[in-house]
Amino acid sequence: MNNIGVLMTCPMSEYLENQLENRFNLFKLWNHSSPKPDFLKTHSSSIKAVVGNTKIGADANMIDSLPNLEIVASYSDGLDKIDLGKCKEKGIKVTNTPDVLTDDVADLGIGLALAVLRKICVCDRFVRSGNWINGDFALASKFSGKSVGIVGLGRIGSAIAKRAEAFNCSISYHSRSKKPNTNYKYYSNIADLAADCQILFVACALTEETHHIINRKVIDALGPKGILINIGRGAHVDEPELVSALLEGRLGGAGLDVYENEPNVPEQLFSLENIVLVPHVGSDTEETSKAMADLVISNLEAHFKCKPLLTPVL
Amino acid sequence: MADKEPQQPEELPIVLVHRLPSFKIPSGSSFRDQLRSQFHMLDPHESPEPYDSFLARHAPFIRVLMATGPSPVSAEFLERLPFLELIVATSAGLNHIDLPACWSRGIVVTNASLAFAEDVADCAVGLLIDVLRRISAADRFVRGRLWPVKENYPLGFKLGGKRVGIVGLGSIGSEVAKRLLAFGCTIAYTSRNKKQSVSFPFYANVRDLAANSDVLVLCFALTKETYHMINKDVMVALGKDGVIINVGRGSLINEKELVQCLVGGEMGGAGLDVYENEPNVPKELFGLDNVVLSPHCAVMTPESFEALDQLIVVNLKAFFSNKPLVSVVSNE
Repeated sequence: MNNIGVLMTCPMSEYLENQLENRFNLFKLWNHSSPKPDFLKTHSSSIKAVVGNTKIGADANMIDSLPNLEIVASYSDGLDKIDLGKCKEKGIKVTNTPDVLTDDVADLGIGLALAVLRKICVCDRFVRSGNWINGDFALASKFSGKSVGIVGLGRIGSAIAKRAEAFNCSISYHSRSKKPNTNYKYYSNIADLAADCQILFVACALTEETHHIINRKVIDALGPKGILINIGRGAHVDEPELVSALLEGRLGGAGLDVYENEPNVPEQLFSLENIVLVPHVGSDTEETSKAMADLVISNLEAHFKCKPLLTPVL
Repeated sequence: MADKEPQQPEELPIVLVHRLPSFKIPSGSSFRDQLRSQFHMLDPHESPEPYDSFLARHAPFIRVLMATGPSPVSAEFLERLPFLELIVATSAGLNHIDLPACWSRGIVVTNASLAFAEDVADCAVGLLIDVLRRISAADRFVRGRLWPVKENYPLGFKLGGKRVGIVGLGSIGSEVAKRLLAFGCTIAYTSRNKKQSVSFPFYANVRDLAANSDVLVLCFALTKETYHMINKDVMVALGKDGVIINVGRGSLINEKELVQCLVGGEMGGAGLDVYENEPNVPKELFGLDNVVLSPHCAVMTPESFEALDQLIVVNLKAFFSNKPLVSVVSNE
């Protein structure tokens, strides 16, 4: 398969890069970034697969410029950077990497909630600054037993619920429709969910409907004692509203892994102690990165050997 | 209840408040009111009378002592209270109380573990996730405006599938186990004795536990026997990727050897809430991203203190009505 052209959209995993180089004729888009249109013109006909991620996927322009594109294998669970409509129209297959990253994302969600409530990062800064000599740290807030609300009860949402239950948290959720086979309390209105819970996790897919699903109304409902944890997508949250709510004390705190304009994070947040900011690392562990990369490779190999795809979306 | 005449303090059961002068009962006034409405709280430091004569005068009537914070209770002190039957401690760790001296006099000791267990377990789990997933380091990275510059951030390690060894499976260790099971960790433990009602694999010593674990969570009491129990041997057995979480007491670990291992890259990381010489923390740790440092605040939530208040009142009431006590510390 060494003559099959595969386009990788940006650096995402050295391991994956090596694996792709060994098996295919790998083109790295970032080495040809200017002028991109020329590069695509020269090599486009040989490119049959695109490997993208949450930063750069496969938008309409890219798909149109690759006439022989057969498959987009995303190194991600989320598909918001892929023009699915265009792929469907052209019969292009799409695969992603669900399941393998579920645990890591859920772990990070709970880790962020603990870090915010128990002020773990602030404590760490306090110790490193040498200030403990001058006096004890202030009180933090208990995590166990708090009421948890989850937006989106899919794989990741369910994994969050399972973990939170071990901390004796009560679980409620909001999603497009009520889920059968669950005892968790369902809220058809997300603002009602926010009003009734102390920690709100965003764990749904990003679609047109869920864009800015966390808006001022929801943030105000969550309130000055409420905590927002976003391990979904930056665009789930109206970021300027979130920032002003935090600055004005209308929201108790936030743990954020994603932002509307990564890698840019609103600088007004940097001085706040009731938030924790991490750079989109939800699935960034050695183990899961390798598992995701292996899944991308397996899907590509299956496709080019005319075998069933392992994790097809389209 | 409103119709009942308030009892005179002299009619109420007597409780000696044992504290260092600088240490006040760390709770709201409602706790103090609750205590004073049900018990005659004798506090030598609130009397103009000299401490020694106050204590000697009241000693024949003192059956219960409330040991506030880390105020030491030595064998010599116990000599001055020949009728003492119960010590209600306001902390989980009791290394400031001469327990063998208490037990040899038939004095029962209760601690705060039951009130604190959930918060301490939350802290331990929070520290572990932070170390493995580099949360504090990542927060520093973002606040340091490095994300647009450096783009990619080093990978962390998955929590699921990690073999967690709990050193001391008491009330705190059990809560840690319960939580980590939900993350897909496997649990094993060591303890003074094997617990019959527990199905987790038991190791008779901490070195064997370490050899079969990826993570050690320290949830055991500091005594003469357990001092520096976590030493270089144990750290070597745990291995180069091993992580230690300490929510017990600083001296459970040979801190010098821990720092050497961490600085030398011989260990995966550590999450520490306690240290050998608080509030001093080895500065060599400050430059490490695989270490998370907490200033002995695992129990510092309002909920923990409320639970402690209730636990103390429950035990004092139980003692004076001959009912069973809770959170009793025994030799097992």
